[in-house]
Amino acid sequence: MGGERLFGPLDLSLRAGAWTCILGPSGVGKSTILRLIAGLEIGGTFEGEIDAPAVAYMAQDDLLFPWLDVLDNAVLGARLRGEVPDLERAKALIGRVGLTAQIGQKPPTLSGGQRQRVALVRTMMEDRPVILLDEPFSALDARNRAQMQELAVELFAGRTVLLITHDPAEAARLSDAIYILDEGGLRGMAAPEGDAPRAVDDAAVLRAQGALFKELRGAA
Amino acid sequence: MRWRTPLLATAFALAGWQVLVWVTGVQHFILPGPIRVGQAMLKHWESLAEHGLVTLLEVVLGLTIGAALGIATAIHIAFSARARKYMLPVLVFSQAIPVFALAPVLTLWFGFGLSPKVIMAVLIVYFPVASAFYDGLNTTSRGYVDLAQVMGATPVQIMRRVRIPAAMPSLATGLRLAAVYAPIGAVIGEWVGSSKGLGYLMLLASGRAKIDLMFAAVVVLAFLTVAVRALVDWLCKRYLGEVNAPAL
Repeated sequence: MGGERLFGPLDLSLRAGAWTCILGPSGVGKSTILRLIAGLEIGGTFEGEIDAPAVAYMAQDDLLFPWLDVLDNAVLGARLRGEVPDLERAKALIGRVGLTAQIGQKPPTLSGGQRQRVALVRTMMEDRPVILLDEPFSALDARNRAQMQELAVELFAGRTVLLITHDPAEAARLSDAIYILDEGGLRGMAAPEGDAPRAVDDAAVLRAQGALFKELRGAA
Repeated sequence: MRWRTPLLATAFALAGWQVLVWVTGVQHFILPGPIRVGQAMLKHWESLAEHGLVTLLEVVLGLTIGAALGIATAIHIAFSARARKYMLPVLVFSQAIPVFALAPVLTLWFGFGLSPKVIMAVLIVYFPVASAFYDGLNTTSRGYVDLAQVMGATPVQIMRRVRIPAAMPSLATGLRLAAVYAPIGAVIGEWVGSSKGLGYLMLLASGRAKIDLMFAAVVVLAFLTVAVRALVDWLCKRYLGEVNAPAL
């Protein structure tokens, strides 16, 4: 292709039913790994093997369709595939993220946090064993981000989650396994003890966050 | 309230026109003032209405058929790479031929009736609709398409439920342009050869030095164009469900 090599050989396996996090600065190819797993175009060539079951995908951009209301956006997958959507389940999930009152509204009338909640419900409605999250919380304000992180951990319980982020605090708070991806390649880091979501001010979380930050800085 | 500003602006323009006629003392067979034109409209309202309805029919038919063909073409070339390869150059080249030049040929082939005028309107409407809609279909946000793909939607499903609805604002832009262009096509067709329609009436009035009637026909044509444009605008807002429709 005449382009540059984005990254060398790397080997990543996800623990079933756990949150794995890839942490790294912008532009090192975190999203490319995710796109490869999701089976999307990456604008380059890839040699290797990907063994991934059906996935659901959630990005930083909520990708809500502005011409559909909250309920129709929640059941988007079924609508796109021409299946009969499970409206009852969608309504229950919309209730769980606290948007029952907004169920008939269109995305442009919602706040950023509300929109990302709808995206969360839409991701849940896909009911896939593996969930790929591409910095889904990074555009939110601190309070909304903390709430969304907790909601995601609660809703995605039991599923295998791969989270891409550039925020060491988020990685330390949510992950069962942490990898750092940068110019030096992919390497495993220690995740704090205890079940996610861990408290933001938990001593182990803060320690892990510090260590991750140091590792990121050191490599740059 | 929303009518006040345009009404006021129109009144100012008409007053300026009348004053210009009075001040310069220009002959009424060169430039009749708005009062004279108004009188002509009242006097000839029957023939104005009769010819206006013919033009309106041509415009509505031309707009409907041209828009339908433009929409079909846009979807076709957006969907198939092969169609894009073969049809896009033809489409662009077709725009290099001035529609005016085709009018005599169309009259030769299809006679003096309704069809050559409708075809003229179709030709003039087709390109803006096809090109605006194709542009919209082609610039669907990558994220939407990625999401739909991960969700397991087929290319046909992505076209139908993602790309087409996402391109509705672009289609509306094309249709609004088309609504203003269609009367041009119809009138050109009437100029070249007809016995009905506002274009015919203009030529007839001009030939008999009834310049006030000619201007009256122009005014009726302008109203007709504005009305068609408003109707298209309303239809777009009603059925294309635009969130942020541009004002014009």
